[in-house]
Amino acid sequence: MSSHKPVFWALFAAGGTLSALLAPVLIFLIGFAVPLNLIDPEALGFARVSGALATISIALTMLVIIVLFLWHAAHRLRVTAHDLGWFPDSVAVVLFYGLAAAGSVASGWLLIGTT
Amino acid sequence: MSRETIELVVFRYNPETDCEPAYQRYQIPYHHDWLVLDALNYVKDHLDRSLSYRWSCHMAVCGSCGMMINGEPTLTCKAFVRDYADSIRIEPLANFPVERDLIVNQDDFMSKLASVKPYIIDTDDVPLSEGEELQTPAELAVFDQYTGCINCLLCYSACPQYSLSADFIGPAALTLAHRYNIDSRDDGFRQREERVGSDDGVWQCSFVGACSEVCPKGVDPAAAIQQGKITSAAHYFKKHLMPWSDS
Repeated sequence: MSSHKPVFWALFAAGGTLSALLAPVLIFLIGFAVPLNLIDPEALGFARVSGALATISIALTMLVIIVLFLWHAAHRLRVTAHDLGWFPDSVAVVLFYGLAAAGSVASGWLLIGTT
Repeated sequence: MSRETIELVVFRYNPETDCEPAYQRYQIPYHHDWLVLDALNYVKDHLDRSLSYRWSCHMAVCGSCGMMINGEPTLTCKAFVRDYADSIRIEPLANFPVERDLIVNQDDFMSKLASVKPYIIDTDDVPLSEGEELQTPAELAVFDQYTGCINCLLCYSACPQYSLSADFIGPAALTLAHRYNIDSRDDGFRQREERVGSDDGVWQCSFVGACSEVCPKGVDPAAAIQQGKITSAAHYFKKHLMPWSDS
């Protein structure tokens, strides 16, 4: 019987690719550029970022990034749970995919639902 | 550095007489140009005729002499004693039931290999009288490296997924399935996909990559399986999102 893992693996792969591309940039910006005053701290200030998120295209982009990151992490943790024998796969599926689903819904509500 | 002798610490187990495995030590002469297989053959010929192990070609082609050397899956005909310390531990390949001493039972792999149909399945109706089915060098290059597999099972011994999930089809068999799937002469993808795309197939792999590290023939099973995931995922989405398509 064909597996349904392709669905979760596709989210995992997309999230992994995206995080590999974006995470170093985010770490540089938030972890180094702002604290070291390489860029104007207000460039990533609350007012400016929340203002930008009022634009629906930016909010949607942010939502896609967050959701894919979450599903990438969820699938990675499911595999890790299997590798390290933490608990049965069914528990890992409910727990980690459940958290990713909840996080996705919450992000959607915060980013889109409240604007 | 001159060494007169070296020690082999060899796993011994005869299920008919022994309650449990034990390690036996052999002192043997050291020769700079000896392979670990030569050292075992010395033991067999001069010290202990009861020692059992498989070997055949002595040139990394037949894939028979895979064993754990100091805990790492290795072809004993491809490992020189000079590259090891004075004591070398030799055990049967991990993750397989031991038949006797250094010989493992390969039945599980053999049945899995057969189940993925590792041969060209040609369903087009071109008669043989039309001549050879030609292939360009580029079409050959697509699968060429995967033809190097000699079924030595080192990759199964190295694979943590295979040790956790006994039903996992495993690196070599999935690689050979992929080798035929991407062969331009082959039409067997859908026949293989039922096994390859199952939970026991490519989806059981978590891309640790140990298979590719131990492969003595430079085959890259981990790459074959990841490529297989992409093909399998494309097939899955096409089947579910476009059920009218003939995929």
